[in-house]
Parts: sequence; C-alpha cells; structure tokens
Amino acid sequence: MKLSRRLGLTLLAPALAIVVALVISAIVILLIGEDPAAALRVMVDFGDGPEQQTQAIVVVLNRAVPLFLAGLAVSVAFRMGLFNIGVEGQYRLATILAAAVGAAVALPGPLHVLLVIVVAMAVGAIWAGIVAVLKVTRGVSEVISSIMLNFVALGTASFLLTGPLQGSEPGASIITTAEIPESGWFPGLNGLFTGLGLAEPRTELYGFALVAVLAGIVVSVLIKRTRFGFDLRATGISPSAATASGVDARGMVIKTMLISGAIAGLIGLPDLLGTSHHYGTEFTAGLGFLGIAVALLGRNTPLGIALGALLFGFLDRAAIPLQFEGIPASVVTIIQGTIVLAVVVANEAARRITRRQAERGNAVVPPSTGDGSTGGGQGPDGLPPDDGPGSATGPGLSTATGDAGRTDQSQGVQR
Amino acid sequence: MSTAVATTGGRGALTERLLGGSRARRLAYLLVGLLVALSAVRVISGEQALTSSSTFSAALLLAVPLGLVALGGLFSERAGVVNIGLEGMMILGTWGAGWAGYQWGWGGALIGGAVFGAAGGLLHAVATVTFGVDHVVSGVAINILAEGVVRFLSELLYTGNEAGGGVTQSPALSSRPPSFSLPLLSSGPDLLGDLEDQHWFLVSDIAGVLRGFTSGVGVLTLLAVLMVPATYLLLWRTAFGLRLRSCGENPAAADSLGVPVYRLKYIAVIISGALAGLGGVFLVFVANIYREGQTGGRGFIGLAALIFGNWRPGGLAAGAGLFGFADALQLRSRTAVVALLLLIAVLLAGVAIWQATRRKLTQAVLAGAFAAAALVGFLTIDELPEGIVSFTPHLTTLLVLSLASQRLRPPKADGLVYRRGEH
Repeated sequence: MKLSRRLGLTLLAPALAIVVALVISAIVILLIGEDPAAALRVMVDFGDGPEQQTQAIVVVLNRAVPLFLAGLAVSVAFRMGLFNIGVEGQYRLATILAAAVGAAVALPGPLHVLLVIVVAMAVGAIWAGIVAVLKVTRGVSEVISSIMLNFVALGTASFLLTGPLQGSEPGASIITTAEIPESGWFPGLNGLFTGLGLAEPRTELYGFALVAVLAGIVVSVLIKRTRFGFDLRATGISPSAATASGVDARGMVIKTMLISGAIAGLIGLPDLLGTSHHYGTEFTAGLGFLGIAVALLGRNTPLGIALGALLFGFLDRAAIPLQFEGIPASVVTIIQGTIVLAVVVANEAARRITRRQAERGNAVVPPSTGDGSTGGGQGPDGLPPDDGPGSATGPGLSTATGDAGRTDQSQGVQR
Repeated sequence: MSTAVATTGGRGALTERLLGGSRARRLAYLLVGLLVALSAVRVISGEQALTSSSTFSAALLLAVPLGLVALGGLFSERAGVVNIGLEGMMILGTWGAGWAGYQWGWGGALIGGAVFGAAGGLLHAVATVTFGVDHVVSGVAINILAEGVVRFLSELLYTGNEAGGGVTQSPALSSRPPSFSLPLLSSGPDLLGDLEDQHWFLVSDIAGVLRGFTSGVGVLTLLAVLMVPATYLLLWRTAFGLRLRSCGENPAAADSLGVPVYRLKYIAVIISGALAGLGGVFLVFVANIYREGQTGGRGFIGLAALIFGNWRPGGLAAGAGLFGFADALQLRSRTAVVALLLLIAVLLAGVAIWQATRRKLTQAVLAGAFAAAALVGFLTIDELPEGIVSFTPHLTTLLVLSLASQRLRPPKADGLVYRRGEH
C-alpha cells in the first residue's frame, strides 16, 4: 500500500512531464500546419528492413554514449551543489590533446587506447581543477569561471588545431589533427548484433559504450557506497551541516571538480576512438551543454542519466527523417528543451505533493529529487538524505523493479 | 564600487591613503590612474591602438550589449532570481529584432526584441516563482529552448520569404537607427581627432577616449548608457526599488510587511528578459540583420559583468566596459594585446606590493610571479596567434575576478526558491 503510493508518486513526475512536452510539441507542429501524429510516426519509424532497424538503433546508441558521459560529469558536481557549466570546454580541450598524443605515439593496442583515455581524463580534470582552485582560494563563482574557461578552452583548441597540432594538408577545407594509428582505435561492438542473430548495421556500435557503463557503475558505487560519496551528498544538501560534522568543504570542492572534469574528458572519446580518429573543425560540439540537460532529466543518478541520454539520442536521430517529411528539424530541440523544463517543474510539483502528504501525518518519505532543486544550497527546505533503495533513483527506474540497487547491479552483470 | 577599487590594486598604496575619501573621489583617482598607466604603456610599447578613438568607439559598441544584459541580470538577481537564462533571452531578442526590424524598421526592432526577451523572462518567472524550480536549472532549459525556438521560427518564416533571409538569418532591417556625433569636437572640424593624431602623452589619449565616446553614437547606445544611472535611481532611490531589493534580501520579511513578493519577482524577471532582449537588439543593429549564433555567449559574459560589478549598476557598467575594451583591442590589433600584458604586469606588481604591505606573503609572491610572467610575455612575444587572442576578454575577466572577488556580496536570498508560508 505504502509502496504502491510511493511508486505512483515517483512515476507521476516523469509521466506528467512527458505528457506536457508531447502536448506542447504537438501544438507547435499543428501551428505549422503539419500532422503531429505523422511526426510521431516518423520519429518511431526505424526503417523497414532489419538492417535499417539495427542501424537506427546503433545511431541512437552512438549518440547516447557521449551524452551519458556528459550527463554523468555534470551530475557528480551537481550532487554537491556545484554547477560545472564548463564541461563543454573541458571535453573539447581534452579531446584535442588526447587526439594529438594518440597520433604521436605507437603502442600495442590496449596500451595505446589506455594512454589516450588517461591523457583525456587528466586534461579534463586539470581544466576543471582550475575552476575548483579559483573557487576555494579566491571565492570565484564556479558558474562564471567555468563559462570563461569554456571560451579560453575553445580558443586554445582552435589555436592548437590551426597551429602546432595541425595534421591535415594545408589548405584543406576541414582542418584536423593527425590521425591516430589503428592500434589506438577502440574496437566496435557489432559482434553483439550478429551474435544475437540480428542483421549487422552499417556503422559500428561504439565499443566505448563499455567504458561508459563502467564509469556509470564506478560513479554510482562511489556516491552511494563510500564515505566520500556520503560527504559529497551531505555537502550538497547542507554545506553548513556537513562542515559542522567535520567534512572538509574546500577539499571536497576540489576532489569533486577533479572527478567531474576527468569524466568530462571522456566525452569526446567515443567519437574520437570509434569513428573519426582525429579531432577537427567538424568534431561534435555542444555535448557539454546537452549534458546539463541530460543530468537534469536523469535526476543526477547514473541510471536516470542513461535513460535521459537514450531519450535525447532517440530524439536527435529523428531530426533527419523529420526533415524529409517537411517538418523542421528544430522541433527536436524544442521537444528537448520542453522536456527538461517540464521534468523539473513536474519534479518540483511531485515533491510538493509528497511533502504535503507527509505533513498530513502519512509516513510517506519524500523522494529526494537530487536534481539541483535540493542541491544548490536551498537551505530551509532541504530534505534529509534518503539512503534507502529506490530513493535516489531515476524517474523511469521504478517501472522496472522499484529497487535501485538491484537493477543497478544486474545491469552491470548483463553487459 | 568597492570592487572597482579592489580590482586596481595597481595604485595599492595610493588607494590605501585615499581610503578616507569619498567614493566618488576614489573613483576619479582610479580612472585618472588607469588612464595614465594606459597612456604610459602606449608610449612605451608604441601601440597607438591602445587608446585610439576607434578602439574606444569599438569598445563602447561591444560593451553596450553586455551592459544591457548585465542590467537585466541586476533586476532579476536583486529580486532574488538567478538568471542563467539571460543568454536565451538575448537570443530571443535578436530574433525578435530581426523579424520586427525587416518589417517595421529600427523602431519595430527595438520593441520586437524587448518583447521577445520579455517573453523569455516570463517563462523563467513562471518556472522559478510559481513552480519553484531551481533557478539555474530553469535558466539552462530556457537557453536550450530559445535556440530551438528561433531556429524553428526562422525555418517557418524565412525560408521562401521574398524579402530574403533563410534558415539562419533574417532579411535585412528596413531602416537603420540614427546615430549622433558631438558637433565641432567629433564631427566637422573634428578638434578631438586632430589632437589625437598628435600622439602626445596623456593629452592625445584623453582626446582619443573622448572622441571614441562621442562620435557616431547610436540611439540604443545612448539609451543604454542613460539606463545605468536610471536603474540606480529606480532601484536605490524609490519605494518600488526598495521593495524589489527586499525580495532579494529577505523575502519572508518583505512578505510580512505587505510587499507583494511574487508580483515583484515577476516584474523584475520580465524586465530582466526585456533588457537582455534589448542587448540582442543592439547586436542586430550593428549587423543590420539577424544571424543565428549572433550572441556568441554574450549573455553569460553579461552575467559575469554583473558579478564583477558586485550587483551594482556602476560596477556592472565598469565590468562591461573592461570587457568591451579588451574585446575591441583584440579585434582591432593583435599586437596591441601584447602591450596589454605590460599593463597587466604593472597592475599585478602593484597588487604584489600592496599584499606585501598587508603581510599576505603568499598572495604577494603569487601576484609577483604572474607579474614577472606577464612582463616576460610582453618582452618576448611579438604577435599572438588568432585563437589565443580571441579569448583575451574572457581571460581578463577571469583574472580580474580572481583578484577581486572576495569583496563581493550577492543579494542574500539570491537563487533561493521562496514559497510563501514555508519560511
């Protein structure tokens, strides 16, 4: 009884959000004189042949992997009430330097890939570390410094690309770094499809997805099961209370930003090691900002972020088919923005409903939202951290079992 | 204004001696000191672009949109609503200006941009005030949404439009806004221009600065500059302003005294959006056309200028000016940016001495080391590559912010969600 009500309330928010987003998008499509039902059909239509369908799935997954990493990077900082808006700069700088190092050395396979990964994580961590040091020593707001460092990073990257690290022919229309030799490529996962008896898609499924899953599990364990994670969440909910109980707030800021930056360094690697093998003017941009949206969508839990990333990947894939049907591709961006806004509004509404019930005397534990609405030093109405299973779960999780810990682990075993 | 003092530790010892003076006097000393330093650096390095009138008129041109956005941020944050969505509202403003401008000329653009920006503000207000969503979260969502909306509207209205335009840009504005020059001094005989060309120490610099600020000033520039004191008067000298600021400091107390907190927050955030939209209009005026990506992150930089300016109109104007100057310099002359290193070295050396007298050795050593590095940079580098120069203004802002920020004091309830009766 208690459980079912709690489940209902957890599900209420995302369901409400998706309905609202769908309705608004439908109105937008109606306004331009197109049929919303047709648009929806286009979006879920993955093609006719089995090959086309697996191909579409690969496109969605390949887009979701970097988005997941971006969301993860943002969420780690978010859980502590830190807003790492500089993910964009961190991953761009990390990717170009990792690409350069990867192209410059020749090592046996796994070592080569490992080196690229380590370089990318180190660069991302250092870049984010600047933000943390400025915050701790000089009191500079991390929002502002990371925005400024974004510009510095992008400028530096473009300087490196056109200057010392240029590897493409002079005069080529697309400037790139030198190509990483084949020993530094991350093998794809298309064997998965053929192994399952499905048609083999045209593009390779990023093998880096495995690293992303690993990163998600590590972050999940780190935040839920360790002393560090407890301190991190405690600081996020009430900095003053955490400090009073002996948490070193300054050290926490630096450690958290380093972790967030290190994960941010990974964002560009699926594309770099999976398809392009070099960084160039055409390299995927904007993942850092989308990561913020994905983190909000997933309420800062790895599993929720994974679902959010898949949703965004699914929507992004639909852009081109929509264009073919004469519906502007920007509808996708509008849907994404609306979903984020609707999700945060719905979370807040659901939190208020549970709160009211709790006040009425029902012993319903308010779900900890952890989407920043309890994070950023909200003060008076900060809710107690809820460590029970199913509390810090993403919106869609409870549909599966309602037990966060178990699904989390089985997920790891499956892959 | 206390930040402005802190930022220019260059005259550290001097500032300390003058601490007893009134704020206006200190500010005057500060400006004179900065100008002298700039002038000296110009003479030493031979970079005329440092204080040329063209640099300063470009600086004004670049500072105005930032100032407008920062003013927008001021209204919102003084009422206790953090506004990361300024960038999105600015984007909406550029689109509104382009759309109204090609149909009804510059007057239409002005109104169109403000209305579109205000619509973004309204959305932010609904999310944060009514629904109590985290302010940063709502702002980020608005930024994403704004980008999608303008692209969508362009695709809808500009593709196949006879007046021109396309998916990423509007047709050109049908009329240009008028601009003014000061007669005699900056136009016609152009006395200031003559004086500037003499390249005398200090005199020519002052002439250059004045000429930059008085020749070819646009309508919106004038409006924006006047808006700074007007905002000060509105927020600090009227009952409305006091009530609005009380919402940002202690909304519960304000509520108990009968201040309509929700309504004031709504008004503030909508004004905020309109001002950010006007910042966008200014960009459209400069280019005479709406182009996608025109804002280039200026909404965020305006926010930085606001924080830099300690949430005060004068301070944020100084922040916008500094940023505009650095930006103008990098656009006009890449070699002049190197000369800026000398200025930084001088200022940092001043900070080092100041910190040393206050027995803060670590800070002093750190500032000294950076000063030496900047000096070495000035002596060894001839010209910086384009990629590096492009972020001069951002690096300058970051540098100044990290030297100054411990004196900043945001509104007390800034960013907190206020629910009536829950406090």
